[in-house]
Amino acid sequence: MPGKDRWGRDWAGWALDTAVQRGASYADVRIISERHRAVSTKNGKAGTVADNETLGLGIRVIVDGAWGFAATDRLARTSIDRAAVHAVAIARASAQVRRQPLRLAPVDAYQAVWHSPCEQDPFAIPVDRNLELLLAVDRELRSVSGVTLAEAEMDFRRIRQLFVSSIGSEIDQTRVLSGAGYAATSFSESEIQRRSYPNSFGGQFQLRGYELIDSLRLLDNARRVGEEAVALHQAPQCPQLTGTVILDSSQLGLQIHESIGHPIELDRVLGAEANFAGMSFLTLDQLGSLRYGSNLVNVVADATLDHGPGLGTFAFDDEGVPAQRTDIIREGRFVGYISSRETAHAIGQTRSNGCMRAESWNRIPLIRMTNISILPGEAPLGLEDLIADTADGVYMETNRSWSIDDKRYHFQFGCEAGWEIRGGKRVRLLKNPSYSGITTEFWNSMDAICSRDHWTLWGTPNCGKGQPQQTMGTGHGAAPARFRNVKIGGAYAAGS
Amino acid sequence: MPAEHLAAPQLDLDRARAREILAQALAASRADATEVTLHAAISALTRFANNAIHQNVAEEQTVLSVRAIWQGRTARATTNRLDAEGISAAADRALELARLQAPDPDLLPLPEPQSYPSVARSIAATAALSPADRADFVRQMVAVADAAGMTTAGVMANSQTAFAMANSRGLEAFHQETSAEYSVTMLAANSSGWAKGNSPDIAALDPAAGARAACEKAQASANPVEWAPGKYTVILEPAAVLDLLGFLFWDFGGLSVLDQRSCLTGRLGQQLFGRNIQVTDDVSHPLQSGAPFDGEGMPRLRVPLVEDGVVKNLVYARPTAARMQREQPAAGARPTGHGFPLPNEYGEAPLNIVVAGGDVSTQEMIASTPKGILVTRLWYIREVDPYRKILTGMTRDGTFRIENGRIAGGIRNFRFNQSVIELLQNVELLGPSVRASGEESFDMVVPALKVRDFHFTEVTKF
Repeated sequence: MPGKDRWGRDWAGWALDTAVQRGASYADVRIISERHRAVSTKNGKAGTVADNETLGLGIRVIVDGAWGFAATDRLARTSIDRAAVHAVAIARASAQVRRQPLRLAPVDAYQAVWHSPCEQDPFAIPVDRNLELLLAVDRELRSVSGVTLAEAEMDFRRIRQLFVSSIGSEIDQTRVLSGAGYAATSFSESEIQRRSYPNSFGGQFQLRGYELIDSLRLLDNARRVGEEAVALHQAPQCPQLTGTVILDSSQLGLQIHESIGHPIELDRVLGAEANFAGMSFLTLDQLGSLRYGSNLVNVVADATLDHGPGLGTFAFDDEGVPAQRTDIIREGRFVGYISSRETAHAIGQTRSNGCMRAESWNRIPLIRMTNISILPGEAPLGLEDLIADTADGVYMETNRSWSIDDKRYHFQFGCEAGWEIRGGKRVRLLKNPSYSGITTEFWNSMDAICSRDHWTLWGTPNCGKGQPQQTMGTGHGAAPARFRNVKIGGAYAAGS
Repeated sequence: MPAEHLAAPQLDLDRARAREILAQALAASRADATEVTLHAAISALTRFANNAIHQNVAEEQTVLSVRAIWQGRTARATTNRLDAEGISAAADRALELARLQAPDPDLLPLPEPQSYPSVARSIAATAALSPADRADFVRQMVAVADAAGMTTAGVMANSQTAFAMANSRGLEAFHQETSAEYSVTMLAANSSGWAKGNSPDIAALDPAAGARAACEKAQASANPVEWAPGKYTVILEPAAVLDLLGFLFWDFGGLSVLDQRSCLTGRLGQQLFGRNIQVTDDVSHPLQSGAPFDGEGMPRLRVPLVEDGVVKNLVYARPTAARMQREQPAAGARPTGHGFPLPNEYGEAPLNIVVAGGDVSTQEMIASTPKGILVTRLWYIREVDPYRKILTGMTRDGTFRIENGRIAGGIRNFRFNQSVIELLQNVELLGPSVRASGEESFDMVVPALKVRDFHFTEVTKF
């Protein structure tokens, strides 16, 4: 029950009333208050130290069987009424160029208040404590001779969202997200090398409070990361060959994101993103029949807290649909898309599986990944066991570049560091490792995945989609895994 | 109520109103020195797919940002709460964040008042586009698709923005502009085509013509054949050039060279590109957009970046120029007005790129090519190697084989792994420079290029 806290209820009520009076057959309102803190250091000094807050309202309506949406940060009654009227006018314009009226899968009305688990409020931690840790990491990175650039960062968000719809839902959710990471860059002669921890492009992000930062052991790993960045200059180039690749869990998380998470978005499959993000090779006729991967490949879309504190974890999506777990790939077979109320009927479903998410109050919800995760192997298997079980291959760690075509068939990834495996042992560091392939061929070549104790729920904070573009955080649970007959080293195929 | 009866909302932040709010924010600050910015926008975007409008949105927002300087420390707080309480809270948060830092001996005082070049980029007709107007443009594009039996998707968008800043030393700056944009994809059975246009002035755009061009590309690339990966002569249309070069120009920031993360580290003054490459950053160019001042309020100067293939200059924010003057006084660095809002760790970048073109039409380039590939657009470009500047990505939405000086048909899309530095060494012909718009980079003024030995490494399945 919503209790006594009336935050946002009046604003939402004004918007809904106006929209319905103007002819909306359905309307929902999202009011969001977000606070964001970004702190970074670079080469011994503070970099960004910034605190942002935003508060606003977005109203989505259906009129004449078509969508309209308007958003405002002016929360006086006249401004909210004007936004609702504008949304209705936009929907009427949409109806001028439509083929069929919208059809939404039903959803129950919910009244709920939900807070994500948060042991330590990151906004209660003074920024000097943030800087103290980041600068300690920075010193450790730069204590390694050859490190020319040390960068470290932290990022915190608290997002409160009230969702109210014309069918009677009133859902008040608060999510706290934290992230941190760092990178050591080494320039030498004609080469730039970099190592990052715990992941590249900002580090690790989860739906947790400051306890995430404490758990990452940032300082403990800094010297090793600095040393590896410098050592890469002396390492041989990763060769071009077709062979065995073992991926660390963070790289496998991004591999899932690009080659499973995006192609299963049902709006993309149906053409809604054709002009920008692209479409998908996963046409509707392949549901239930496509052999996506080997028998070891089991993938779920899981927004529930049972799956873990991921960036894709919530209680309700932005259409008021409860968080769910959906099987995507079961023992290698493609069995599920991620959907919305508008698209569910396209795959014969009567309900959305709850994957509509919006960046903020000023954006409409789109079908977005929740936590798209590969399930770990059942038999106990660690990374070192997996390497010991591999005669020849390359172990690759930490993403450096990623690219995939607009139907999500052909991909190429570069990693920060590779290790040559010979006779079950890591024999030497390799620089500039990369691999490429065709999505289904790659996943069908997976013949081993490590067990639960090596599985990590990674956060990808920067997934882009939609026009105007929206940035969304997604979660990807993964464990180190092995792939056979992979094309290695193609990114440097042009030679020197 | 018919949609056409609702006029488009109009931005109400003029120079006088902006000055009033900024003065209020400066007065609310208890810092030693304060910089405040105000950014207001009304934007709308109508999106279509499967020959129908499927998403249609509008938003209005005004954001105030306060940068406090206190005893050699600085920090920033941003809010969209513009009542007295919200403004004061932002000023207090910025000061609080600044107080909790160690002093920075290199922190500069705020700049004094500046004068700026005049740019006129706010067009009433663009601001006035209503939901019904956008729907009419979409209807025109859909009609092209319907007539050709194709499926179409795209956007029609317009926006109005105003950006104002002031600081406690008396600096004031104000800029407003409009933007109109369309993008259209045409999907045929096994091929596609694409076109996009962007301008401050809706009168400069012809979305229906773009739709026809995209339609012709989809028709001409039907039934694509597969060519083996390898090095080919390519003709890159302006959008493809733009999206590749967009990854290069971040390296022209002075701080990126000082940080040794730029591919220009150790290469200034060298003959890095072909002698036919000339690049300038010029905010006043008639095909450019954006404000004539940077994140600290410094005027954006015209900077020749590349002359006859030699990297001549970088761009500098004030703090970077000051550091350069300390560390490399012989370089003669001065602020060029390309800094990002402070504090930040990236420094600056040229964002008004103009690449000088030639007079060779795309048709003439095709006619001069015995065997090659015409590329409409690139996609999902990422940096593989930061110093050699190897980029990877895919071709998309209109890739053609050229045989014996003519378009011979469509070709399956390739993955490329190509050094942009080497690309600019291998330019054989240049077309006229145009304002180009892509998806991977900010808009630029660039020509089409004919380039030898462009390296395609793999091919996809469509």
